[in-house]
Amino acid sequence: MRYSGLKVITQGLFGNKGWTPAWRNPAPKADYDAIIIGGGGHGLATAFYLAKNHGLTNIAVLEKSHIGSGNIGRNTTIVRANYFLPGNSEFYSHSLKLWEGMEAELNYNVMHSQRGLINLFHSDGQRDAFVRRGNAMINQGDDAILLDRDGVREHLPYLDFEQTRFPIYGGLLHPRGGSARHDAVAWGYARGADQRGVDLIQNCEVTGIDVENGVVRGVQTTRGAIRAKKVGIIVAGRSSQVAAMAGMRLPIESHILQAFVTEGLKPVINHVVSFGMGHFYISQSDKGGLVFGGDLDFYASYASRGNLPMVEHVMEAGMTLMPMIGRAKVLRSWGGIMDMTPDGSPIIDKTHIDGLFIDAGWNYGGFKAVPASGWCMAHLMATGESHEVARRFKLNRFATGHLLDEEGTGAQHNLH
Amino acid sequence: MRINCPLCGPRDRREFHYYGAEDFLHRPAEGAAPEAWDNHLHQRDNPAGITKDLWYHETGCSSWLLITRNTVTHEIHSAELVADRKVPTP
Repeated sequence: MRYSGLKVITQGLFGNKGWTPAWRNPAPKADYDAIIIGGGGHGLATAFYLAKNHGLTNIAVLEKSHIGSGNIGRNTTIVRANYFLPGNSEFYSHSLKLWEGMEAELNYNVMHSQRGLINLFHSDGQRDAFVRRGNAMINQGDDAILLDRDGVREHLPYLDFEQTRFPIYGGLLHPRGGSARHDAVAWGYARGADQRGVDLIQNCEVTGIDVENGVVRGVQTTRGAIRAKKVGIIVAGRSSQVAAMAGMRLPIESHILQAFVTEGLKPVINHVVSFGMGHFYISQSDKGGLVFGGDLDFYASYASRGNLPMVEHVMEAGMTLMPMIGRAKVLRSWGGIMDMTPDGSPIIDKTHIDGLFIDAGWNYGGFKAVPASGWCMAHLMATGESHEVARRFKLNRFATGHLLDEEGTGAQHNLH
Repeated sequence: MRINCPLCGPRDRREFHYYGAEDFLHRPAEGAAPEAWDNHLHQRDNPAGITKDLWYHETGCSSWLLITRNTVTHEIHSAELVADRKVPTP
């Protein structure tokens, strides 16, 4: 069924009785050309682009729970392309372009809103770094505008500019940055993949990966064995566990990143604002809730919930930056499990097993990467070659020294 | 989360700085292959469950601790002084 404004009106007039499920609920077949392990944003996008760009439709996506139950539904929904390292810059630029065409491509309202992202700076040194970053973004073909303090004041009059600890000197505005509705991205890709013949198999947990003589043969699941010529592991948050089924050890340590949402308020924050010195970032959802988050809890964890010291830190940072939010009540907080790599950049690569591919290590930047990650992983799985914009996301780059340390914080998993 | 420091007793997690997995204690010998260094610095078992990792009692006794804990429940099972470990002489 094709969605349109007219459809919404006519369905509304006739009691909304004509809507059909957005995707089928098939039983797994015995054999597929390719299997995607993980029905999250990246896995669904990979399946979609395998079908759309490469004509591979005999594919299954295996999801241990329901579609979109992992990190795609547990993030702060920020979309941006403000990287400067070669390798990252072109990848996120490609991703942002795919975001801009996503709703038309999927015939699905993902509520992508390019409301502008402002990164604040608080010293001359930081300003220099932001000028450099802005120039890199412009060189990549994306947009960046350096704002002085008055420029920031025009956009964000409610900030505490004179706060004693980190007075605000200015900000880097990325007008094409913004946010989107996270679940809708998963649902849109799921529907698009399903329409092209991809089997989305939910409640099907992979329990083993079958390898014979260095070649992948398929997977064992809670719904039986499934054979496949190619298997993609796309399970950020659980990458180490699934890769261990194929005897692999990954350059990943899992950490918790907490996020928070308040009760719904009238429109008050029109941008995405990041306050790097306080490890704090905030935006307002279309429903009105303030969505904000902070830094990692800093120790390896799979708890899906955070600890109180970081809750306190995030609230303090928020109050330092914009005291007006102090009256808003926090409704929910949650912790997402992040695949942290030693350089803060992801992995989209082949493995040492023929036919087994991995897309992992998204740190806390996976949401904005969903379309390009799917695009590039599909390219890799279909052609066996890395896509041009993802060619530096190698699995072995830590051994070879070709790191992509965007923040320059060093080779420890929790520092990024 | 409270950590039972062998020297200071149970203390709030905020007194401690997390460094990383136990792998950091097993430094490759001089002249080891690059793969050994890659394993030491980057590659991790990263278990969902019981793990051992290094913590520094930053605002306490300044000891390095090897902590056995659960990454799913945040339960702390034991904390021992790294200095008390018997290191095999090479």
